[in-house]
Amino acid sequence: MTLRLGIDVGGTNTDAVVLNERAELLASFKSPTTPDVTSGIRNALDGLVQTHPALDLGAIKHAMLGTTHCTNAILERSNLNRVGLVRIGAPATLAIPPFVGWPEDLRAAVGGQHAVVEGGHEYDGREIRPLDIRAIKEAAKSFEGNVDTLAVVGAFAAVDASHEKRAGEALRDVLGDLPLTYSHEIGSLGLLERENASILNAAVVDAARAAASGFERALREHGIDARLFFSQNDGTLMALDYAVRYPILTIASGPANSIRGAAFLSGVRDGAVVDVGGTSTDVGVLVHGFPRESSVTVEIGGVRTNFRMPDLVSIALGGGTRIHRTGSLRLGPDSVGYRITADALVFGGDTLTLSDVAVAAELATMGDPSRVNSLDRSLVSAVLTRVRVTCEDVIDRLKTSADPIPVVLVGGGSVVVPADLAPASEILRPANYDVANAIGAAIAQCSGEIDRVFSLDQHSRAEALDIAKQMAVDEAVRAGADAQTVEIIDIQEVPMAYLPSSAIQIRIRAAGDLVLA
Amino acid sequence: MTWNLTHDDIERIAIGAGILGTGGGGNPYRGMTRARLQLDQGHQLQIVGLDELPDDALVVPIGGMGAPTIGLEKIGRGDEGKVAIEELESQLGVKVAATVPVEVGGGNSFTPMIAATQLGLPTVDADGMGRAFPELDMVSYYFDGVAPSPIVMVDCQHRKVIIRDVSDTRMLERMARAMCVQLGGSAMVADCPIPVRRLRETCIPNTLTLAHRIGDAVLTAQHQGNDPVGTICEVTDGRVLFGGKVVDVDRRFERGYNFGRLRIAGLGAWEGSTARIDLQNEFLICQVEDEVLAIVPDLITLVDSERGNPITTEVVRYGLRVTVLGIPAPPQLTTEQALHFVGPQAFGYEEAYRPLERREAVGWRG
Repeated sequence: MTLRLGIDVGGTNTDAVVLNERAELLASFKSPTTPDVTSGIRNALDGLVQTHPALDLGAIKHAMLGTTHCTNAILERSNLNRVGLVRIGAPATLAIPPFVGWPEDLRAAVGGQHAVVEGGHEYDGREIRPLDIRAIKEAAKSFEGNVDTLAVVGAFAAVDASHEKRAGEALRDVLGDLPLTYSHEIGSLGLLERENASILNAAVVDAARAAASGFERALREHGIDARLFFSQNDGTLMALDYAVRYPILTIASGPANSIRGAAFLSGVRDGAVVDVGGTSTDVGVLVHGFPRESSVTVEIGGVRTNFRMPDLVSIALGGGTRIHRTGSLRLGPDSVGYRITADALVFGGDTLTLSDVAVAAELATMGDPSRVNSLDRSLVSAVLTRVRVTCEDVIDRLKTSADPIPVVLVGGGSVVVPADLAPASEILRPANYDVANAIGAAIAQCSGEIDRVFSLDQHSRAEALDIAKQMAVDEAVRAGADAQTVEIIDIQEVPMAYLPSSAIQIRIRAAGDLVLA
Repeated sequence: MTWNLTHDDIERIAIGAGILGTGGGGNPYRGMTRARLQLDQGHQLQIVGLDELPDDALVVPIGGMGAPTIGLEKIGRGDEGKVAIEELESQLGVKVAATVPVEVGGGNSFTPMIAATQLGLPTVDADGMGRAFPELDMVSYYFDGVAPSPIVMVDCQHRKVIIRDVSDTRMLERMARAMCVQLGGSAMVADCPIPVRRLRETCIPNTLTLAHRIGDAVLTAQHQGNDPVGTICEVTDGRVLFGGKVVDVDRRFERGYNFGRLRIAGLGAWEGSTARIDLQNEFLICQVEDEVLAIVPDLITLVDSERGNPITTEVVRYGLRVTVLGIPAPPQLTTEQALHFVGPQAFGYEEAYRPLERREAVGWRG
C-alpha cells in the first residue's frame, strides 16, 4: 500500500491530507500557516501523526505541495532576486523597452538591470541580425555583483531558441553558474508578456527554492521518502525540479487546487465552485473537471503576463469576516484571519464575525454557542441574506447561461453559505469539504504544454498538429504523467495573418494521471 | 479643436479602436503602450480637427502593415514612421503639416500620432475606414481610383522601399504585400500626402473622438458595474447579433491572406442555434443558419461577454465566451463607388450588401 500526501499552504491555514491508492482520504489535519514554510508543514505533519497514530508516513511515496510562497513574494515585494535581463531583438523591439508598465516598487525590488542587444529571429526563422555576443558580455560585466539571477528573452524564440541559448552561455562565461530563465521555456508569442513572465520567474527562484527545500526538509524529518511535486495554476502537477525552474507557474495554484479538489470530492465535472476560507472567498468554474481559464490577460503584482490562470472572482468574505453594526450593516472587508480562535465571540473574544452568525443560525458548531444566544435574530437573518446575495451575484457573473448549474461549496468557511442559492441547480457540500484544496493538490494530474510556430512550407497542417501533440504528450510525461493516461486537453492554432508563405502557431496541452510506483 | 492626449485618453482610444477594429488593425495594447511612452518622454500627442488646417496643407496617411501575431512578438524600432515621412518629403520635395490614420481600428489608431509627435506635427481626427480592413486599397481616400503613389515602406532596420508610378490601388497593394513579407512580415507604410481640401471630401471624420467615446463608455460601465456590451451598442448605434461560446476556430491560408471561420454555439437567448463568422484578417460576415445577420462593410466585432473588451482575430480561440456586435458602417463606405472596394463582392461574396439598419433587430441586450 502506497500513500499520497497533499499539502496546501494557504493564507490562514496549512492543510495536510493523506490519501491511499484508491484516492480515499485516510487522514487530514489543519494547522496555522507560519511565516517560514517549513515549520507550518512540520506542524501539519506532527498533527497528522498525533491525531492518526496508525498512519504509516513511511508509506507516502508521492507528496504534493500547493503554496502561495512565490505569489506572496511578488505581491509583498519581499525575498525577490535581483534579475539581470538580456533582450535579443535590436534594432527591432526598441520601441518598447523592458520594464515599461511595471510598478516602480516592483521594478526596484528586482533591480531593473537590463540590456537590449542585436539579434533575434523573424517569424520564419531568418535572423533579424546576427547575435551580438560582445554586447552580451558587456552587459554581463555590468551585471556583475548587481544581480542574483538572469533572464534571456529573444524575438521569435518560439521559432528558433538558438540565440537565447548562446546568450545564456555567454552570460555564464562571465558570471558563472547563476540561475537562468530562458523565455522560450516560459511562455508563448507575445514578447512583452513573455519577458515580464521570465523576469518574474527569475525573481522568485530563491523563494521557490526555499519552499522546495523546506518541503523536502520537513518530509525528511518525518522519515518520508517520496517523489515531490508542486501544483500549478491549471490544477495539474509538476515535478519538484521542474517547479524550481519554472516557479512562476505556481502563482495561482491555491484556487486551482480547491476547484479540482471540489470536483473530485463532489463528482461534479461542470459547475461552479465556491471556496470560502478565513479571509476571502474564491468562486471559480469547472469545465470538464478542470478550472476554466481566464480569457483576459492576467496581471501579477501589477505586471502584465500571458500565463494560463483560473478564471476567478475573489471577494473579501470568509469565516473570520467582521460584521460591522454601527450605522448600516457591513460585512468586512476586514477579517480577524488566523486570530479567529481568540477574537470571535464563540471563542470568548469580543469581535462579531461571520462564524458567530453561522453558529447562532445553527449552520455550524464551534466554540461556545451560548455566547451568541443573545444575538438579534433579525441581524442574523440580515447577515445571511447579505451572504446569499453576494454569492449569488458572483456565481451569476461567472455563469455562461441562464440555466442553473451545480454549485459545490468547499473550504472551512463555507458553512455560512445558504444551501439554496438561486443560480444553483443543486448545492453540494461534499464530505471533507474543509480540506478540498489539499486534496486537490494530492489528486492533481501532470501536464505538459507545447507552444511553437510551424512553417507550413515544411509540414502539412495535419503533420504539424501531430508533431505538436506528441511534443505536448512528451512534456506531460517528463512532468511525471503516466504515458498510458495522457490526453490532449486543449488545442489552439494561431495563423500568421497577411503572409503568403503560411505559418501557424500551435499551442497544445496534455495532461495525465501521476505515475504511481 | 486642438486636443493634447492624456494617459487616460490613450487608454480610452485603445479600447474604442479595438472595438472599431472588427478583429484586426493591430494590437491595441502595443499601440497604447507606445503612445504612453511618448507622453512619458515629454512629447505631446496632438489631435486636430480638419477645420484647423488650411486647404492646401499636406497630410500624410500612415499605418503599419503586417500580421497581428508578428506585431505581438516583433515590436518595432520606434521611429519607422518618422523615417518614412522624411523619405517621402525628400522624394517629393514637400513638407507635410500633419498625419492621419488610414484605419482607426486597433493599434493603427496610434501609429500616425507616434510618427507625428517625433516630427513635431499634429494628427488629424479622421481616418479612411472608420474601422479596419485588410488591404491598402480599401481606404476611402482612394475610392475614386487614384492610387496613393508613391508610397514609402520602412522596416525596423530602416530599409526603405519606394513604390511609385503605380496607378491601380489593387496592384499597389499586391506589390507592397510582397515586400512586407520579405521585410519579416511587418513594415510601416506612408502614403502620398493628400491636401486637406481633398481629405475633407474623402475621409471618415472624427473617428479618433468616436473611439475615445466608445472606450470611455466601456470603462465607465466596467467601473460602475453596468453592462458594458449594452453601453457599446448605445454609443455606436450597434446591436447584439449573437452571444455564445466559441466552439470551433478553422483557419486556412489562401492568396496570402488568412481566411477562416468561427463557429459560436449560442447561450442564453441564442441557446440551440449556432453562428458562423467568416474572416479575412478582419470579420466579414455573420450568419445564423442561412440568415445573414451582418456583412461588410458593416462592422462585426467580438467582445468578451462580461467585460466588453474587444477580441481580435488572432487571439480568438476555443472556449471563449463572446458577444457578437453589429455596428452600422459609416455612410462613406456604403456608396456604390465605395462598395466596389469594400462591399461583399470585393471579398468574393455574391450576396448584395444589405445594410444593418434595415434588418429586423435580432435582439437588443436588455
